[in-house]
Amino acid sequence: MWEFLIPLFAATVQSGTPILYATLGEMMTEKGGVLNLGVEGIMSISALAAFWVSLVTGSPWLGFLAGGLGGMALSSLHGFVCISCLGNQVVSGLALTILGVGLTHFLGVSYVGLSAPGFFPFDFPLLSQIPVIGDIFFKHNMLVYISFVIPVLFWFFFKRTSLGMHVTATGEMPAAAAAAGLKPIALRYFAVTVGGFLIGLGGAYLSLAYMHLWSNGISGGRGWIAVALVIFAFWRPGRAVAGAYLFGGVMAFQLRLQAMGTNFPSSLLLMLPYLLTILALILSAWRGKRIDAPAALGTNIEPEG
Amino acid sequence: MKKLFKLFTVLAASMVLMLSLFACGEAPQEEKSEEPAKVEEAVASKEEAKIVKAGFVYVSPVGDAGYSYAHDLGRKSVDALDFATTAFVESVPEGADSERVIRNMARKGFDVIFTTSFGYMDPTMKVAKEFPDTKFMHCSGFKKSTNVTNYFGRIYQSRYLTGMVAGAMTKSNKLGYVAAFPIPEVIRGINAFTVGARQVNPDAEVRVVWTKTWYDPALEKDAAKSLLDAGCDIIAQHQDSPAPQEAAQEAGAYSIGYNSDMSSFAPKAHLTSAIWNWGPMYAKIVGQVRDGSWQGDQAVWWSMQDGVVDIAPMGPMVPEDVKIIVESAKADLMKGNDICFVGPIKDQDGNIKIAEGEKATDAQLHDMMWFVEGVVGTVK
Repeated sequence: MWEFLIPLFAATVQSGTPILYATLGEMMTEKGGVLNLGVEGIMSISALAAFWVSLVTGSPWLGFLAGGLGGMALSSLHGFVCISCLGNQVVSGLALTILGVGLTHFLGVSYVGLSAPGFFPFDFPLLSQIPVIGDIFFKHNMLVYISFVIPVLFWFFFKRTSLGMHVTATGEMPAAAAAAGLKPIALRYFAVTVGGFLIGLGGAYLSLAYMHLWSNGISGGRGWIAVALVIFAFWRPGRAVAGAYLFGGVMAFQLRLQAMGTNFPSSLLLMLPYLLTILALILSAWRGKRIDAPAALGTNIEPEG
Repeated sequence: MKKLFKLFTVLAASMVLMLSLFACGEAPQEEKSEEPAKVEEAVASKEEAKIVKAGFVYVSPVGDAGYSYAHDLGRKSVDALDFATTAFVESVPEGADSERVIRNMARKGFDVIFTTSFGYMDPTMKVAKEFPDTKFMHCSGFKKSTNVTNYFGRIYQSRYLTGMVAGAMTKSNKLGYVAAFPIPEVIRGINAFTVGARQVNPDAEVRVVWTKTWYDPALEKDAAKSLLDAGCDIIAQHQDSPAPQEAAQEAGAYSIGYNSDMSSFAPKAHLTSAIWNWGPMYAKIVGQVRDGSWQGDQAVWWSMQDGVVDIAPMGPMVPEDVKIIVESAKADLMKGNDICFVGPIKDQDGNIKIAEGEKATDAQLHDMMWFVEGVVGTVK
């Protein structure tokens, strides 16, 4: 039993990690009141940026940083369109996906099949010695370990720092925030770019740690999963972790069931995470629970006057 | 409630979009419709009268090292002929978009148009009716008309040989196979691989994992890992990215590639690949178009003997005696003796599907929706 479960859970952590980065990034963006449907495009362009920088400089860490910066650059474009030009957030986000994926294909063609320095698994000192837990969580690459810390920082930022609360305020009621002397426009830019940075790290994970050679189409729909997961998680980092691992876990589970030679149709299992997302929404509405979506999500701040 | 509705809209929209991305197997990409125009200029520079203009339509980008890449190598060898010029359009989604691209090529006066993906079948038939003087070659389908011939290669013959290599090299007797969709083309390949493997190693079994996508590098890699975790020590693939090769190399296992020689992606793991070699046949077709001997309304299924399918050179880890066995089976195939599906062949439940001494007919191969004995997995 354990010899099946431990590799399964370890694979869950691995395939959940890029989704976790992207989900937290999108959550950050949405907390500031901006919906960004460009996650898929941002992830693929930042995967390429990370790969390219790692290839050229030979440093995977610089590549990782470049992935984040690439994500930041592309999402600040979204920020400019929505926050400064008051463009429609849904349209701009979708355009960003098409732009990002297309641009990645265009620029990435000449790198297909090349490999760049990346991150490889190692046993985390001490912690990897813990039975079961160590095997599942502490025999991965560095980027997985970093992803363990980010949800905690995320939670701390929004619950314990004034900047975090200001960002929440602009996502809930930008007019009131402005009246209280905050700068909603600047705060929204902050949320969008930092969120984009996190999404970009998810993209970098794909090309530096998940895979070690470049192939186009590397994001494979994971950006869209992240968008759905933010809703599933009700904008809470803890639930984002659960959601990302759930998606990763179901994916790893259905592949393993097949590899074991069972006859369960894989298509049914693949549906499960989406079904759960919808169920979670219906259940919470039905029980009269408040859905913690930022109140001003998707609404632009109209200039006064 | 209004907020809930809004959330549903976003969720639904993102799911629809995601599904559509999966459905195309390829993200939407700018179509390079300027390519044919460029070639028209090139045409003028060659001798006008004797030049054959050949157009190619691909489903994925040519840089993917996979299926379209193999077709494009074929196109290049046509382009090298002094009586032909070529053009291609890549990343063309199957369906309505492809019809527009194919019609555009026909209108620009291409003499012969190769539409290289299954889903281009109906669009090809439709455009062919509008342009009776243009010749169409559709790959992997089953419809034909006076100016449409369909063609494909017996890649299962290559699979059979790669199966022999895998069967001889495995220590755990478990071979992993990362496969895209449960359709006859893929199932035929898995069966041929299995029969080949058990020819040299009756204890070998083949475990199949379906990814339900032609191309998703990360998912393909995960699928390969799950097979490795289940005890497989050789990974074969019917996928368009080299990701399964990488997974095998990282686990210290062996791998067998597909589409083109994948040795460069995993030099330590790569035993051989089942490869397409469209060049000679494409050159021949274009030659026939030029001298007027081209015929429509045909269904051609080229063999290893025609040079259209082959295996990549076997890696240095494959011992000489294995190479000799595989080469002698290849020699049979090269003589036109199709040894892949010779009875008795049983299905997974032990029922005889091909009787002793008989060979699978083309009809049986075309409709193959069952696994041979030795495959672990389902055709669902």
